[in-house]
Amino acid sequence: MSRAWDGAKLAEAIQKSLPDAVVDARGTDIWIAPRSVVEVMRLLRDDPEFRFELLSSVTAVDYISYFEVVYHLTSLTRNATAVVKSKCGIGRDEAKIPSVFDIWRGADLQEREVWDLMGIIFEGHPNHKRIMLWEGFPGHPLRKDFATYEQSIVPESEWRVPTALADELSAENGGAQGS
Amino acid sequence: MTTQVRTEPITVNLGPQHPSTHGVFRMRVTFDGEEIIDVEPIFGYLHRGSEKLAEERTYVQVVTLTDRMDYVGSMLNNQAYMLAVEKLAGVEPSPRGVWLRMIASELQRIASHLVAVGFLIQDLGAWGTPLIYTMREREKILDLFEMLCGARITNSYLRPGGVFMDAPEEFWPAMNAVLDELPPRIDDLDDLLTDNDIIFSRTKGVSVLTPEQMLDASITGPMLRAAGVDWDLRHRDPYDYYDQVKFERPLHTAGDNFARYWVRVQEMRESIKIVRQCEKMIEPGPVRPDHDDVPWLLRPPVGDAYAAIEHSKGELGFYLVSDGSISPYRCHVRAPSLINLTLLREMLVGELLADMFVSFGSVDINMGEVDR
Amino acid sequence: MNPAFLDNSLFRNIYCYLAGSSDSCAERGYDTTLLPAGFEWLAFAITAFIIINIVINAGLGAVVVYIWGERRILGRIQNRTGPNRWGPFGSFTSVADAIKTLFKEDIVPDEADRWLFNLAPILMVFPVLSVLAVIPFGVGTFVVDLNIGILFVIAITSMSGISVVLASWASGNRIAIFAGMRSVAMLISYEIPMALSLIGVLMLAGSMSLGKIVDAQDIPFVLVQPLGLFVFLIAAQAETSRTPFDLIEAESELAAGYLNDYSSMKFGIFFLAEFLATIVASMLIVTLFLGGWRGWDLIPSQIWFAGKTVLVLLFIMWMRFSWPRLRVDQILSLAWKGLFELTLINIFVTAILIAIWPDPGITELLIMSAINWVVFFISIWLVSKLLRPGDYTAPAPRTDRPTYPVATDELPDEVAYTGGTTR
Repeated sequence: MSRAWDGAKLAEAIQKSLPDAVVDARGTDIWIAPRSVVEVMRLLRDDPEFRFELLSSVTAVDYISYFEVVYHLTSLTRNATAVVKSKCGIGRDEAKIPSVFDIWRGADLQEREVWDLMGIIFEGHPNHKRIMLWEGFPGHPLRKDFATYEQSIVPESEWRVPTALADELSAENGGAQGS
Repeated sequence: MTTQVRTEPITVNLGPQHPSTHGVFRMRVTFDGEEIIDVEPIFGYLHRGSEKLAEERTYVQVVTLTDRMDYVGSMLNNQAYMLAVEKLAGVEPSPRGVWLRMIASELQRIASHLVAVGFLIQDLGAWGTPLIYTMREREKILDLFEMLCGARITNSYLRPGGVFMDAPEEFWPAMNAVLDELPPRIDDLDDLLTDNDIIFSRTKGVSVLTPEQMLDASITGPMLRAAGVDWDLRHRDPYDYYDQVKFERPLHTAGDNFARYWVRVQEMRESIKIVRQCEKMIEPGPVRPDHDDVPWLLRPPVGDAYAAIEHSKGELGFYLVSDGSISPYRCHVRAPSLINLTLLREMLVGELLADMFVSFGSVDINMGEVDR
Repeated sequence: MNPAFLDNSLFRNIYCYLAGSSDSCAERGYDTTLLPAGFEWLAFAITAFIIINIVINAGLGAVVVYIWGERRILGRIQNRTGPNRWGPFGSFTSVADAIKTLFKEDIVPDEADRWLFNLAPILMVFPVLSVLAVIPFGVGTFVVDLNIGILFVIAITSMSGISVVLASWASGNRIAIFAGMRSVAMLISYEIPMALSLIGVLMLAGSMSLGKIVDAQDIPFVLVQPLGLFVFLIAAQAETSRTPFDLIEAESELAAGYLNDYSSMKFGIFFLAEFLATIVASMLIVTLFLGGWRGWDLIPSQIWFAGKTVLVLLFIMWMRFSWPRLRVDQILSLAWKGLFELTLINIFVTAILIAIWPDPGITELLIMSAINWVVFFISIWLVSKLLRPGDYTAPAPRTDRPTYPVATDELPDEVAYTGGTTR
């Protein structure tokens, strides 16, 4: 069984080299600051303690008040996995995060997909174009303010805000819990 | 006196209607003579927004969407999705259901590899004969699926915690008959193809990818094993009951088209072994947990979960976020078909036009999964 | 009129029925006279028209039957039934296909060069039909027995390469241009081994006339010329672009190659020319190597000829449906490094044998064939050694397979991962 890194342990290990990078750690997840994504990822790949050679997945979730970019990392050497998250685009404007293209080539198509469907700009991606939809498509479909059938931007008053999540957001202004 | 022949590169759009792009895929290719000097893949012709649609369906309804992603590996898609749902909702699956879905997904893996091998040979220019031979074997497996769940391609067989109905009595002898027939057929395929000098000289040393390159580009599955990296999630991160069955991981060292083909052929044999072991280990019991424990309208607690399986094409992962309602708040698919295409340019540049679709076929993509 | 035409029994009967009073007919004892003296030219024109019609239509009919037969056999080879709906055993399927093709819309792309675009199909089908003129189908069943028959065949079939280039260029389609480039490379390369492989037959028969070659085959030349047949079979497959060599219309690479922009009957004509070329190639193989129409007298010579042709066609189909396509560089290296040498060996050995026995009888031919078969096997073995791709790193599992730890609470110790770090 692959060993999932405990979030707190991972945060501690990262903080040894990069003290300011980790924002939060819960369950198996850690949250890092968007500005230090490249440094943290380079550390996670190259440091013999981690050796995450494989970037399994890059995705993003729209939490209405911010976006969360989720990286799933896998280490073949240590047979371990880790989940690294980063909040960006607080208040929905200028959702930007540095690209990890230079660290893992596998981020190429996945980041393009996230940009296309979620509208998060990956700074430094050499081929930052839409992938599934055509250039000039109005909006980014996976955002919560994109109505599926009208294909238009819906006003803020009509957003579907998930009740359970909204409660949690107001309670602690945090993201989803680790599982 | 030597004179420099002036040549001019030409750019050709291959696809989306080209006969061997395995669906609607387009490549903008620049040729210098027959040699490829640049490739730009263009996706999206089959984009249906599955991830967005999943946000408007209940957890069980999403199963039908997963069927339609990689439509030659529906059972495997179902399995990956179900693992994610079970992880998210904390469902304890019932053992018989797990064995049944392991059997189904291994049979599906054989079917998927048969398609991959058949179409690879078709891309090599054989006049359909090897393709039809592999399709004939696949038909038998699809008939088994029909007995299991009534559907052949878009199965929707799996449910949270197991499968939706038990296998009928007639399924087991029928499955044994198919499994008895398969190894000699795979040997036939070996005789006809693997020892064939034309296939050998066409695929050997073409589109070589090193393990470093592939890991860097997140490429997984038979492509990675064809370069000698022993990375199989069934072995490394055993989901379901894969830790209770024994199987080999065929490895090849070359990392070229032939190696990718060879690994697939050998994996079919291993899948047969797994199915036979599952058949021995399966015991009577409920195929899914009681309705009171796992209702159809599942409401997982708030949180997120990522589960990945070894799909026939690579690591297929589902990342689900729950907001406590009856439908996923976010459903992301880590699609191996799309991610394995990351290095398409590296594979093709420098090769000839004739090898282009062979290399492309050896990646074994499925456009339904690439575009989703 | 050339009196040689009168060797053809059908021509003689029609012509002399019309103009029996002419000298050449009177010599052969014809006395019917439909046309007055001085109208021999009209009799010749009418007779030639009838004969040409018969041969061309027989050729086209053969194509229709061949397409149906090929689809049936393809079905059998592939474990399916093949066409079986229209007519007995589906035999009208290709007729229906032909009618359908006729009624399709004829599209000429805007980018196309109209004149060349329309000229190419005609140029394609014309040489193939012309070859039918010199093939002896049976005793006294031929259009004309040219004394330079083989030269004529080789010369006229090289025109098909031109028409492919013309079609691909005139379409103004980039994919078609690939087919044009390939056809130039391939068809021209295979002309050479194809022509050279026939030299042995010429030396044995002492004539270029196809009729004389058949007469000279007291034993079929396949026994005496195995290398010649081998090379000619491969080269003919390449010239007609059948499957191991179907680069020009490689479906999985170039969609339909030079045919991409053709529709309706222009496409049909290309299709027809291609299948007719296969039939003609197997007819040539039968004529040159398998004793032509010769066989036991119980069965008419025409049936012998047709039967042998069908056998060769079956062999070609079998090759076509079993093997994948070669790459363009492999095809060219096969022509220049393999077949070319084989033909030279064949010419050399045959020339020596002819020098020893200038006028071989059956015994000498049998001795020659024994020697030639030995040469055949040795040279094929040598050439395949030369052309074979280098030995492959055997598909054996890695011995240094890294063993990964499974499920521990502590972080596992680092295992030497042979792939190294990424990048």
